[in-house]
Amino acid sequence: MVSSTRGKSAAKKRSSTSKKSAATRSLKPKKAIAKRASRSASNGQEALVLVGTMKGAFILRSDKSRKQWKIDGPYFKGEAVYALLHDTRGGRSRTYAAANSMHWGPTLRVSDDLGATWSEPADHTVRFPADAGRAVAQIWQIAAGRPTEPDVLYCGVEPAALFESRDGGETWQPNRGLMNHEHQPKWQPGGGGLCLHTIVVDPQNKQRMLIAMSTGGVYRSDDGGKSWRARNAGVRAQFMPEGQKYPEFGQCVHKVVHHPSRPGRLFLQNHWGLYRSDDWGDSWHDIANGVPSDFGFAMQMHPHDPDTVYIVPIEADMFRATPEAKLRVYRTRNAGKSWEPLTKGLPQHDAYENVLRDALAADSFDSAGIYFGTRSGKLFGSRDEGATWTAMADGLPPIVCVKTGRVGAGAA
Amino acid sequence: MITLELPNVLCSHNGEKSSVVVDGTCRTVGDALSTLSGRLPGAHNRIMDEQGNVRRHVNVFVNGENIRFLDGLSTPVEGNAIITVIAAVSGG
Repeated sequence: MVSSTRGKSAAKKRSSTSKKSAATRSLKPKKAIAKRASRSASNGQEALVLVGTMKGAFILRSDKSRKQWKIDGPYFKGEAVYALLHDTRGGRSRTYAAANSMHWGPTLRVSDDLGATWSEPADHTVRFPADAGRAVAQIWQIAAGRPTEPDVLYCGVEPAALFESRDGGETWQPNRGLMNHEHQPKWQPGGGGLCLHTIVVDPQNKQRMLIAMSTGGVYRSDDGGKSWRARNAGVRAQFMPEGQKYPEFGQCVHKVVHHPSRPGRLFLQNHWGLYRSDDWGDSWHDIANGVPSDFGFAMQMHPHDPDTVYIVPIEADMFRATPEAKLRVYRTRNAGKSWEPLTKGLPQHDAYENVLRDALAADSFDSAGIYFGTRSGKLFGSRDEGATWTAMADGLPPIVCVKTGRVGAGAA
Repeated sequence: MITLELPNVLCSHNGEKSSVVVDGTCRTVGDALSTLSGRLPGAHNRIMDEQGNVRRHVNVFVNGENIRFLDGLSTPVEGNAIITVIAAVSGG
């Protein structure tokens, strides 16, 4: 496993190299966040916000109130970090980062000390076998397996493929059922590349999982990953000719989220279209009720309420900016019957922003913290479930990924 | 004796040394780079992808000539050839 800083690295396959952050500073929010939300971050725990940018990663760590944040980084300077994960399963407190050097390729890096040191693997462990005829261009997603399988991890990569590790990220194998799928030759890259960006595991049924890619759409396996079926019925492919706008596959799905307490219910942000499924993706139904645009990338489930979802609408594919130059997060609390704008503390003038598919996240505290980052490098946070927002950082490189974690006694 | 010169950023995968001597029986650039896979996998995997292609933003020169304008990985090497690996004009 990964060696941490203090020492056991020499005997390990991966060598550990110190990458102590160049910048550590406190961030005082410009405005205090609503006091009524202060019951969170209790029990001696602290919140983490992991931020991946086009030029490296940052880790923000809160005090117990989540009013003040300390930012460390950048890690992997000059490398794009599209995927991050903080994993506390199995008693660990481990951070995974997919760092992609434009020159030297993508590597999966690991830290057991919140970024003070990172592994520097000799091997690119997430790699296609020789017979695959393709090479990993980017790791787009790192996802934890089920809580009952603490050593299981998944990666979604470009070109679209799913990798699985059963030893905590030490070794990886491609899912051959998906890699060799009969549809695979017809999957096409979207604007960001042919990326597998969403991985959803059924917490109750070990045989079931679901992935989404752009473009290709949603695929589900009911046999532990041996075979996969397209699950896109009802999802529109706006960019196809008349009469072909609802194909079996080929949709440009941007994100799918679910709540573990109700895993059969899924929410989907499409390249034009907001959808919900109540049958594990067998059918999808439009829920774009009252949003300024149903185009967008980011989508985040509330950590405690399976009816509550957050999105950031974008005006159009041909103008990827927030509608009316207002930066608004939209929230539904009734599974998509209606949506409400959340704006307090967010710029409502001259805000031509974009929030990408993995740049919206929620923490798991009682009063959920919601965080998002923009392509212009602004990071916002709310510790009252979106009622009020605070600027946490401004001037970061373009933000492509925001994830959360918890540290301290009993973090899970 | 064929010498392979590495950029500074890859020296950590070669004991902090900037060059490595490659088996003189190698006949092509591809042969020479492939010998790194067992000896210096960290350097090898960063220069070449898992399909054996030189990464897009990496340039390889033989005696000062970019192999993209020669025969690529099939470019012959002989004698005291010097193979130089350099990051291409790009960055993050």
